Amino acid sequence: MATKPQAFDPKSQPGFGFVAGATIVALYLPIIVLVAFAFNATSSLGIWGGLSLNWFIKAWNNQQIVDAAIFSLWLALVAGALATMMATLAALAMTRTAPYRGQTLAYALINQPLIVPEIVTAISLLIVFSAVKATTGYSGAGYLVLAHTAFCIPFAYLPIRARLEGMDLTFETAAADLYANPWKTFLHITLPGMFPGILAGFMLAFVVSLDDVVITELVKSGGQETLPTFMLGQVRRDMTPEVNAAATLLLIPSILLVTAVHLINRRK
Amino acid sequence: MADAAEVARRYQAAAARRRWILKAPALLTILLASFGPLAVMLVYSVMEKGNYGGVAFGQFSLDGWTAVFFKYDPFDETTSLVVANLTVFLRSIKLALVTTIAALLVGFPTAYFIATRPAESRSQWLLLITIPFWTNLLVRTFAIMGLLSNQGLVNNALIWSGVIDKPLQMLFTDGAVLAGLVYVYLPLMVLPVYASLERMDFRLVEAGYDLYATRWKVLRHIVIPSCKPGLIAGSILVFIPAIGAYVTPRILGGGKNMMMGNLIELQFGQGRNWPLGAALSITLLAIVTVALVVYIRNTAGKGGAHGH
Amino acid sequence: MRNLLTGLSAIALVSTLGSAASAQEGKVLSLYNWGNYTSPELLAKFEAETGIKVTVTEYDSNDTALAKARAGGTGFDMVVPSANFMQIWIEEGLLLESRPDQMENFKNMDARWIDVSWDQGRHYSVPWQWGTIGPVVATEFYKGDINTHAIWLDPPEELEGKINVPPEKNDVMYAAIRYMGGEWCTGDKEFLKGVRDKLLDAKQHWLSMDYGIERMDSRDTLAQFYYNGAAFRAREVNPDIRYGYPKEGYSMFMDSVAILADAPHPENAKLFVNFIMAPENAALISNFATYSNGILGSEAFMRPDLKDAPELNTPAELVEFGGWQDVCPTEVDELYTSIWTDLMQ
Repeated sequence: MATKPQAFDPKSQPGFGFVAGATIVALYLPIIVLVAFAFNATSSLGIWGGLSLNWFIKAWNNQQIVDAAIFSLWLALVAGALATMMATLAALAMTRTAPYRGQTLAYALINQPLIVPEIVTAISLLIVFSAVKATTGYSGAGYLVLAHTAFCIPFAYLPIRARLEGMDLTFETAAADLYANPWKTFLHITLPGMFPGILAGFMLAFVVSLDDVVITELVKSGGQETLPTFMLGQVRRDMTPEVNAAATLLLIPSILLVTAVHLINRRK
Repeated sequence: MADAAEVARRYQAAAARRRWILKAPALLTILLASFGPLAVMLVYSVMEKGNYGGVAFGQFSLDGWTAVFFKYDPFDETTSLVVANLTVFLRSIKLALVTTIAALLVGFPTAYFIATRPAESRSQWLLLITIPFWTNLLVRTFAIMGLLSNQGLVNNALIWSGVIDKPLQMLFTDGAVLAGLVYVYLPLMVLPVYASLERMDFRLVEAGYDLYATRWKVLRHIVIPSCKPGLIAGSILVFIPAIGAYVTPRILGGGKNMMMGNLIELQFGQGRNWPLGAALSITLLAIVTVALVVYIRNTAGKGGAHGH
Repeated sequence: MRNLLTGLSAIALVSTLGSAASAQEGKVLSLYNWGNYTSPELLAKFEAETGIKVTVTEYDSNDTALAKARAGGTGFDMVVPSANFMQIWIEEGLLLESRPDQMENFKNMDARWIDVSWDQGRHYSVPWQWGTIGPVVATEFYKGDINTHAIWLDPPEELEGKINVPPEKNDVMYAAIRYMGGEWCTGDKEFLKGVRDKLLDAKQHWLSMDYGIERMDSRDTLAQFYYNGAAFRAREVNPDIRYGYPKEGYSMFMDSVAILADAPHPENAKLFVNFIMAPENAALISNFATYSNGILGSEAFMRPDLKDAPELNTPAELVEFGGWQDVCPTEVDELYTSIWTDLMQ
């Protein structure tokens, strides 16, 4: 880190840069190992056996992995977007207002999925959704979208709310004083101000949905394998670098997407 | 006069209606796919257990709840307090607390560091933090497994540098579970803390130094209080999933030492005692709720004391 | 904002309707199977011959599969339960009596797998894979006799803290009961107390209780109580790995394919069941999953290294010690479950 000891930077705190650097190294180490072993010539995830592209070819030709990866991404995008929109609307209704009846209840309800361990939600959903599936005969992806959206909402909600709460009311009051209509005030003042929160919320929701194993495992119907549930099935037997290769390939659209969001955000 | 009151009342009613409409999609979704189904757990916890899992409907029984606290030993035909359940509960709480503290210790400086970068590079740092979490959780957990294994990078590095001469057993220990949990839940700490730090007014910090405060005092009395909502949000976001975690302890812990999530899963799986599983789930929920309320009350109280 | 919202919900709606519609199409089949157990080559060949596309959805334990199927509405056509669960599936009315024994390719079935206790005369199911469960040992580190459960129940010093045991109630209980000199399904409480104490004591010497054999590749474990096909794969990585057949008695397992009672495509499923009884197709399953199948003549199509592997060919003098995990009476099963939950905690 290029620090200039002479100039006094009021913002800097000693050692924080080091912790941040170490954190990033620690975060990337498993990823690097993961990517490296995708190129392993042998079937081991721990011992290096030479360079090879075999696992990429295998993963690419494995229809099961390809289907699961596509479905995972689709589900995370849809559920993440739905959850973020719902959370944004709810946050607008629930922050910066005088306390009103039912507010605490609504707040508790929004955060409810957070306090219930996944396994508990998963089993309740299995019981309830199965009954619905058996009566309606519909066993499509709607159940997974609904379940994922529900548990993503609080994750999207928290950063959005945190952002809203800290926002300065001055500009909005000023706009209202200048007779801007509420919709315009929202569009030009509130929304841009909220945007970093919304983006953080969407990213959290997306990641949480993408990583879910337990709920998906119990809610999924035929042909609704996600990458995590596919891998959970592999845990019983042995893992091969094939899943590393799949995960490495998945990194590419992920990075593209994050970068796109990043660029949009910067233009604001 | 009456008209003005009427207008105000109508305005308020309209505002209340608008608030409910805005909240409705989120609340309905959660009611349908998260909160509502939990009622099933309440029902199941007071039913007789079924033969191969499930419950015998209509046969009311408190056996599930009794088994949370008392264990009937079919071999001695005695009943005693369940120590095993308690041990698992305490272990989970301890591990979740340590995870939260570790995530705070690592996550706060990281978020602070990012928030104090020049505006244009901040989002790049944030991007750097987020990318690893775009890879699959299970794959990452397996990668950590590879790192910590006997012939993994960490052991090899330690042997190569002469710190140890034969591999250390790191995998399948509580330490491995802790490392895994911190790794997995770190972004849930960094992002909210960053969000609240980012809109902090750093002129306050400068003012602090003008008053000859030390760096530590500035941190303690200015920075931390002003990003408290983020710190609280981050801690809650980490603690709660950590206490009910299922996948990470199972893979990195090797399945020998259970956490609460695994204990519950056992009852719904091979234990074939769904009423007990349901009762344990509700107990876990109660513990989490109590912890949450106590935590929020306490921090809210202290926040008030700082606000002078 | 509102446009975005309606747009996205429209996408969601279209996609869900889309998947509902495809479920009603004719040329599909949904297999619910153990993870990493289905040969992609087999599915490709089936699709080439019949035009039916098979989608695979996976589970990781008998209990998960059973819980889902009992809850209903899964949309799966076929499932692959283990022998010790098959009776429950049949009793609960979850399976279709598809009569594989009247199918064309049934003539290839090895006679020893026809009148099995869990599906007399094969009215419901046909074998997918079968194997045995025993000690897997890194003989570079331990030179003693490996044809005994003492490897993991009374571990020698060399293997202390380096042992993995799978979290499978029936597999572990069966071995422990036989090791202590009992018979499977015994309800003798005095004896079972001894079994419990033995297991609780042995657990202190184990490193983990989990699935997976790759931890032997990195020598994190030097011995496992595990499945023969996995032992074969472990030996491919470390040539010193050996698989034992305990003289105290070891258990065999078989996972069999059956059609679900509420299968949306039962006719397609029957085609598949018949298809996998052809030797060249059964061999594809084995070549992928590295276990034996139950079809005569499939050896000719199997990988030579697999066909002759010691892990898959029980030595003649040790065959007699193998046994099956029949479904025990409920009250006995509850005793075993009680021991098991004590052990897991």
